Amino acid sequence: MIEAKNLTKRFGKQLVFENLNFTINDGEFISLIGPNGSGKTTLVKIIMGLEKETSGELLIDKKQTIGYVPQFRNIDLDYPLDMEQFIRLNLKFTMSPAKRRENNLLITDILKRTHLTELKNRPLGLASGGEKQKAYLAQALLNNPKILILDESTASLDVEVKMQLMDLVQELNQKEHLTVIFITHDYELTKKYTHRALFFRDKTIEDVEVKNVSEDMFEMGG
Amino acid sequence: MFEYEFMREAFIASTFIAITAGLVGVFVVSRNMSFLSHTLSEIGFAGAAFGILVGISPLAGMIIFTLVSSIAVGSLSSESSRREASISAISSLFIGLGILFLSLSSESSSYATNILFGSIVGISSKEVNQLMILALFVIFVFIIFYKPLSFDSFDHIGARAAGLKTRLLSIAFLVTLALSVSIGAQIVGSLLVFVLLTLPGATAKYLVHSVPKLIMVSVGLSLAGVWLGLYLAFVTNWPVTFFISGFEVIAYFLGLSYKNWKLNH
Repeated sequence: MIEAKNLTKRFGKQLVFENLNFTINDGEFISLIGPNGSGKTTLVKIIMGLEKETSGELLIDKKQTIGYVPQFRNIDLDYPLDMEQFIRLNLKFTMSPAKRRENNLLITDILKRTHLTELKNRPLGLASGGEKQKAYLAQALLNNPKILILDESTASLDVEVKMQLMDLVQELNQKEHLTVIFITHDYELTKKYTHRALFFRDKTIEDVEVKNVSEDMFEMGG
Repeated sequence: MFEYEFMREAFIASTFIAITAGLVGVFVVSRNMSFLSHTLSEIGFAGAAFGILVGISPLAGMIIFTLVSSIAVGSLSSESSRREASISAISSLFIGLGILFLSLSSESSSYATNILFGSIVGISSKEVNQLMILALFVIFVFIIFYKPLSFDSFDHIGARAAGLKTRLLSIAFLVTLALSVSIGAQIVGSLLVFVLLTLPGATAKYLVHSVPKLIMVSVGLSLAGVWLGLYLAFVTNWPVTFFISGFEVIAYFLGLSYKNWKLNH
């Protein structure tokens, strides 16, 4: 569970947000919505322990691993690694044969869970946008996270591919009880996949049940 | 050919140089630092000239200059356009300084030619030992940092997201790059050391798709280039650098053509 109590962050004199109060329960699928510069990334950094709050507190089990899927990656056409090797980058170095076998099993499992087994030898530079996002997701899943943060992962994908990726995330959320925090500007995806939406508005957060989320809330700054 | 001691020394030195450059080159290419390695070689030229001027060895001068400047670059602005501009400004300054140091020292111009273009006859057994120690140090650092450095070099954003200390890795890498430039310049010269530090790594990425294989192919191409270069230089009496750069450039374009051919089939 993640719980924010009067969470406030300032950079020098500049207020990013103040008095955030919200709870994210284990296994929930939450969307985090707000205009650029509203503090979404800062909040995510605090959740990940990369940034400290100015006041208030964020309660989170520090031992929980968090998988983060960043929005941008520098992968061009000539990028040399194939899908599997790209995912393997997140493995720890080991000389022990037993540990290596364990890692190989883990990779096989991750490839299967993210539906990438058939594509594992494809150079990442030549993969489609959706396939790349699946590889990023697979890499983040490698450390067996309990919380998965997707940072606008669907932003540059066409509708069908977006749905495929989100179906996969939903599957992970439902089957494996993974908590998902999905940063997005997408109304349709929020409605279809998430349980609740946290809207950044006027330096604070509004917690809205997904059935009450309307399209104009996104136009107001989503 | 091996009855001559200088050829034996040159082969041993080149083998270590090629292994180091081939290994480091894979990461130079994946970190988009080809331009920086070019600049470091020019800084290395100034360092060697400085070494001659003040009476320490050219290699020591090179190491001092490239180490200091690589760490300085590591703390430069992370904005890439500004970084490129700063690097090219620094590079011009150092070429100028190198020429100044040489003209102030009493060494002949042939010495300058050796530093700039490399030489196979100039290496003593003492220098071979120094090169071997430096090369082994670079390889050792790579073994220690292999996993995190691979992650950071092939997926910088992912590595940061996974909580790796990417700044520390960057500095460790720049130090090994500085040493590799200084080592490599002893055979191919400071003007063309970046050939060994960039082309084999760039060629490898058109051929194979995992980090260990990239390293193997890059080191292989680098070794093939220097061995062939030394042999042909011995037979023809032409400059070794010409053969090495010729071989690496041909290999690069063959690699690129192979990749394009594979894309269309």
